[in-house]
Amino acid sequence: MTAATDRRLVSLVVVSHSDLIAKGVAEVVSQMSPDVVVETAGGTPLGGVGTDVERVMTAIRSAERGAGVVVLTDLGSAVLSAETALELLGDDDVVAVKISDGPLVEGGVAAGVRAQTGGDVDDVLAASLAHVVTRPADSPTSHEDGGSGYLRTATLVNADGLHARPAAEFVKLATSLGVKMTVNGKDARSLLGILSLGLAQGATVDIATDDPGGTAAVDRLIELVESGFSGQR
Amino acid sequence: MSLDATWVVAWMTAAAAAIADQAPTLNDLDRAIGDGDHGENMNRGFTAVRDAVRELPDGAQPAEVLRASAMKLISSVGGAAGPLYGTALLRASDAVAGLSEVDSAHVLALLEAALGGIEDRGHAAPGDKTMVDAWSVAVDAARSAVAEGRTSAEILDAAADGAESGAETTDAMLPHKGRASYLGERAVGHRDPGAVSTAIILLAAAEAAK
Repeated sequence: MTAATDRRLVSLVVVSHSDLIAKGVAEVVSQMSPDVVVETAGGTPLGGVGTDVERVMTAIRSAERGAGVVVLTDLGSAVLSAETALELLGDDDVVAVKISDGPLVEGGVAAGVRAQTGGDVDDVLAASLAHVVTRPADSPTSHEDGGSGYLRTATLVNADGLHARPAAEFVKLATSLGVKMTVNGKDARSLLGILSLGLAQGATVDIATDDPGGTAAVDRLIELVESGFSGQR
Repeated sequence: MSLDATWVVAWMTAAAAAIADQAPTLNDLDRAIGDGDHGENMNRGFTAVRDAVRELPDGAQPAEVLRASAMKLISSVGGAAGPLYGTALLRASDAVAGLSEVDSAHVLALLEAALGGIEDRGHAAPGDKTMVDAWSVAVDAARSAVAEGRTSAEILDAAADGAESGAETTDAMLPHKGRASYLGERAVGHRDPGAVSTAIILLAAAEAAK
């Protein structure tokens, strides 16, 4: 139903001082976003701890699929190496490359999910930067008070609650529906926002929209939650 | 002497020798406020640069020698200094592109471009207790020397002196960038190792022009 099927997805490159960290982040990201290309540039060529500009350049070149690349970094010289790689790649025909200084694991997972759901480079970058700290959002009660919104409540029945892969599935579906919705006041398309709610099995979720045409979308998300995320894979 | 590609080769060779000589000092400075490997990293990088500039064909231009040196630093230093010095020399190379000799105005342009590259890459400003504190005083001194109509060699001397005094000012500074910033007040009283390696490199540039 989305137009993303024949569109190329944004790719990711994970730059870390440690090869193990880079590969570990890629493993987690790929589990939740199986169609997204994730390349790694971890450690030095001799297997030591550090970052290497040429490795970053190679990873960007091999990750590129035509939709752009978001580079995730750990600390210090990883950012410098990534920026230097971009400067050196400047003459090449690499489409769009953006460097994120968001959190490596959470940001990587959020970026992967946004890429998987067809976001462009700027969308994926923004997803990777979204902070886990809570930000002001509509309180679900305001929908009831205003009378114009649509709110439904469900209980999380699956073991993981709204975490890990279920959270990723939730965000993917919410994004694909194209309706602005909130879950317990958080943007339903923000993986980091949803993870920050810490909703475990048995918790109650309020899914709401102010969009008069959005009731079916809310129903779909409620259905997903009530199914225990069983029907998605 | 005129500043042609031979000067750049002599500069890099002299820098490699001086860095090798002072690597233990740089390590000690870095051990106090960083991770203790600045001398080792810089020595590895400049040894690679020294070997690379020897291999360049006759008739190479200054910009080509600078670019080859930059690529070696980027690929072999490891740590933050590689991208920082590498970007400095890349931008310096751009500033003298196409020239077979670097005149006094272009000596200044080269130094300004190098400083700009380091500022862009490291997002540091004067006063942050980084190599920018050495580079910025060096560039100011070079600018004054150009305004006074000095020769290229004199301009490089002024830059080297400026870098030395700029490095000294980092002693009293509170670090705002890099690993030293984790130490806060405890870093005060220690000289920034990147500022010291900058002074070494710019002194080599001046010596090579004599």
